[in-house]
Amino acid sequence: MADTIIASTRKGLFVLERSATGWSVVRVSFLGDNTTLALPDARDGTWYAALDHGHFGAKLQRSDDRGLTWQEIDVPTYPAKPEDEDDSAGGRPVPWTLQRIWALEGAGADRPGELWAGTIPGGLFRSRDRGTSWSLVKPLWFHPDRRKWFGGGADWPGIHSVLVDPRDSRRVLVGVSCGGVWETTDDGETWTVRADGMRADFMPPDRANDPVIQDPHRVVACPADFDQLWTQHHCGIWRSTDGARSWSEVKEAGPSTFGFAVAVHPREPETAWFVPAKSDQLRVPVDGRVVVTRTRDGGRSFDVLDRGLPQRHAYDLVFRHALDVDESGQRLAFGSTSGGLWTSEDGGDTWVGTEERLPPIHAVRFA
Amino acid sequence: MLRPAVPTVSFTANLQRHVSSPRVTVSGSTVAECLAEAFDHDPRLRGYVLDEHGALRKHMNVFVDGEQIQDRRGLADAVRPDSELYVMQALSGG
Repeated sequence: MADTIIASTRKGLFVLERSATGWSVVRVSFLGDNTTLALPDARDGTWYAALDHGHFGAKLQRSDDRGLTWQEIDVPTYPAKPEDEDDSAGGRPVPWTLQRIWALEGAGADRPGELWAGTIPGGLFRSRDRGTSWSLVKPLWFHPDRRKWFGGGADWPGIHSVLVDPRDSRRVLVGVSCGGVWETTDDGETWTVRADGMRADFMPPDRANDPVIQDPHRVVACPADFDQLWTQHHCGIWRSTDGARSWSEVKEAGPSTFGFAVAVHPREPETAWFVPAKSDQLRVPVDGRVVVTRTRDGGRSFDVLDRGLPQRHAYDLVFRHALDVDESGQRLAFGSTSGGLWTSEDGGDTWVGTEERLPPIHAVRFA
Repeated sequence: MLRPAVPTVSFTANLQRHVSSPRVTVSGSTVAECLAEAFDHDPRLRGYVLDEHGALRKHMNVFVDGEQIQDRRGLADAVRPDSELYVMQALSGG
C-alpha cells in the first residue's frame, strides 16, 4: 500500500506519511504558493509539481528526492497566435498562452521520463525529457472541433484528465471541460471525440448531445481493464464498458450525481467512488453532510459512506483531482476546499480525518 | 567627472522569493531592450514577467519614470538614458 500522500493546496504542497498513529504532515514545500497539482512518477521516482503564481504565471517544479529539494523546469508554451487567427470561445478570443497546468501524467510504463501535460486554454503537451522541454500536440490543438470547446468554471477550456492505455501507450484518452473525451490510437497523430451518450443540460436542446461540448469533470479508467471507464460529468455520472466508444448514464447515486471527482478500483472495474455535491448551482454537500458514494456493481447500486466524515454544517467540496485510491484498492484519500483531508483503509467504509487543518486542497495523490 | 546616465530596471520585491531579481543597469532605448538585458541576469526571470510570446503578463505592470507603459504587447515604449524602470505587480487580481 502507498504510505505517502501529496496534497496540492492553495498555499503549498503538503506531504503526509502514514505511521502507527495515522497520517500526518511531514513536509511542506512552496509554503504560501498556489500548488495546483502534483505527479509522483512511479516509473522513476521523480516528483513534479505545478504551481500558479498568479501575477507571475504557471510554473513547474521537479524533485529527484521525493520533495526534499526542487528544481524549476520549463513550462509548456503555446505557439504564437497568427494575426488573422479567428479562434474564440464564447465569443472571446482564446489567448494562445499558458493559463494553467491542469493534468500531469506519465506516458506509459514503456516510456520512462515521457510525460503528458493537459493545460488551459486547451493544449495538450508532451515532454520526452522529464519535463525539461515540452511540445504542443498540434493535431489536437489544430483539430477544427477544438475550436468548439469552451470554458466551464474557468475562462477557457482545459484538459484535466489524461489516460494512457497500459496495453498500448500510443493510445491516450483526454478529458476536456468543456470539450468531451478525445482518443488517439497513434500516439497523438489523429484524434477522435469519444463522448457518445453524454448529455449536456447546460446547452440548448439541439446541442445537448453534441459530443464536443460535453463537460466531463474527471475521467478515469480501470488500470486492469482499461476499456471500462467512469466519468463524473457536470450533468451526472456516465460509464463506458467499450473503451469510451459509448457512454451510458448512471441516474441514481445516493444523494446526488453531481460532483467533480471519481476514482476507480485498480482491478475491479465495477467499483468506483464519488464525492457528491448539491447540483449544481449551490455546490455544497447535500444537507451539509460530507459523504462518499461507492458502487461495486457498475453503477446499479451505491453505498452512501459517511462513517468518520462530518455530518453537520460541513461545506467541503472535493475538486476533480482531489480523490485518489492506491494500488490496493482499499486505501483512499480525498481533500476538500475547506482544507479537510480524510483517508480510508477499508475501501471507504470508514474514514479518518487528519488532525491538521490544511489550506484549500486542489489535488490529492498517493505516492 | 559625472558618470554617464544609464537606465535602471528594478523588480517588485515579491519576485525575489521565486527568482533572483536584483536592480540592474542597462543600455537599451526601449522597454523591450532594457528588459531583455535585465533577463540576462537569470533567464528564468523572463517567464515571470512576460508570457511565452514576449507580452507583459496580464497582471504585471512596467513603469518608466513613473508612467505605465502603453505597449504591453510589443514593449516598444521609449526609454531615456537616465530612465528608471520598475516592474511591478498590477493590483488587478492575480
